[in-house]
Amino acid sequence: MDIKETVLGILNDLTGNDVSGAMDDNLFDSGLLDSMGSVQLLLQLQGDLGINVPVSEFERSEWDTPNKIIAKVESLA
Amino acid sequence: MLSFEPYGNPTYFALLGVALLPLMIGLLYGKRSRLYETLISIFFLVLTFGGPKWTQGVALIIYILYEVALTWGYAVYRKRQNSGPIFYLMVILAIIPLTIVKVTPAVENGQASLIGFLGVSYLTFRAVQTMMETRDGTLKDYQVMTFLQFMLFFPTISSGPIDRYRRFEADYRSVPDREKYLGMIQKGIRYIFVGFLYKFILAYYFGTMLMPKLQVMAMHSRGGFLDLSWPVLGYMYAYSADLFFDFAGYSLFAVGTSYIMGIATPMNFNHPWRSPNIKDFWNRWHITLSFWFRDFIYMRLVFWFMKHKVFKKPTTTANVTYIINMLVMGFWHGVTWYYITYGLFHGCALVINDTWLRYKKKHRASVPHNGFTQVFAIFLTANMVCFSFLIFSGMLDKLWFH
Repeated sequence: MDIKETVLGILNDLTGNDVSGAMDDNLFDSGLLDSMGSVQLLLQLQGDLGINVPVSEFERSEWDTPNKIIAKVESLA
Repeated sequence: MLSFEPYGNPTYFALLGVALLPLMIGLLYGKRSRLYETLISIFFLVLTFGGPKWTQGVALIIYILYEVALTWGYAVYRKRQNSGPIFYLMVILAIIPLTIVKVTPAVENGQASLIGFLGVSYLTFRAVQTMMETRDGTLKDYQVMTFLQFMLFFPTISSGPIDRYRRFEADYRSVPDREKYLGMIQKGIRYIFVGFLYKFILAYYFGTMLMPKLQVMAMHSRGGFLDLSWPVLGYMYAYSADLFFDFAGYSLFAVGTSYIMGIATPMNFNHPWRSPNIKDFWNRWHITLSFWFRDFIYMRLVFWFMKHKVFKKPTTTANVTYIINMLVMGFWHGVTWYYITYGLFHGCALVINDTWLRYKKKHRASVPHNGFTQVFAIFLTANMVCFSFLIFSGMLDKLWFH
């Protein structure tokens, strides 16, 4: 499975929403993601893709839309 | 010898203007003089911590040497090894001075600790954050001189905003181009003038004119249910207004001065009274503090709890961590029943708020959302916050126990 699909799967599970239709929407502004969700996302990325992102690497403005998250994960994979 | 509260009076601003002028000319011509910046930093630090307050100055110097030794030592160690217990030990050592300063008044009948000085909390936040990022490996290139500049950056030393090492370093190591810098000067000057309005007019009115009168009235109106009365309600709003205008005013001075020095120190307030819920309030009120707590306490604890599967449900993890997070914030304000209650109040408010937001998400169709509910939400949030500030103010302590 490719990264994009995996990340979207994780995001859909976490937010309880299908985010694939709004890839540039800010997930924090819309309340779909918060600090708790961010940590869950990091743990899922670790579990599913083996990507280690320390909490202090998590700069919110770089992780606030599905597209940005996918780009970020691809750069780290 | 001259001695000032930072941003305390017109002379301080006059000196600030004179001291910043050569620096501004330098930045406009693309030059940043480290030497000059260091000299004016020392000058303003001596104004704040010298003269009659020299004991604070000595405490500051010893404290800084101690934190440099710890962060430097840890950075050197971390390049070779990465043990958990050593990291925890270093963090504990880094917060020991602050803990002593905060606990001393509670056990010594209100006596202040000898090792305390104005700004010790804010410096501790910066030092601990530097250590945590070193542990994570996000901060690889620790430099003693940069750390000193970061800690002792005089515009923000006494009460923040709490910047981050890497963000500060990036600004400090570069010079903004002329167009960008002119924009920063313009913003900086505007911030300082809005700060005048907030601190010297509005905070003066609410804090110095109104609050003492309301306090006397409130003390005279005791005897009713929990000693509450209309003057207590008035005091609650006046205190909240004073707290906001005083601290937002100070923060505007600190951010404005930083901007003029070509450093984009983050903002501390973003229209907090427009928040539709408590969670949003903490994204808008004393932002650099609440984000520090979010990033270095809340998220780390949640990460640890989830990794070690301490709680079955994610919501339990979130709720427990909210309470811990806000309790720590309460204790940080000081070891008194009202600060701790204030922390607990906000922890519980966040838990309730989150439960409501989850409910709303699930029942989106049946929960109305319109202009009226929005205004109601803002009104409710602002009043809950003002009530929490009444607890925080210590007024209830005076009403009940004095």
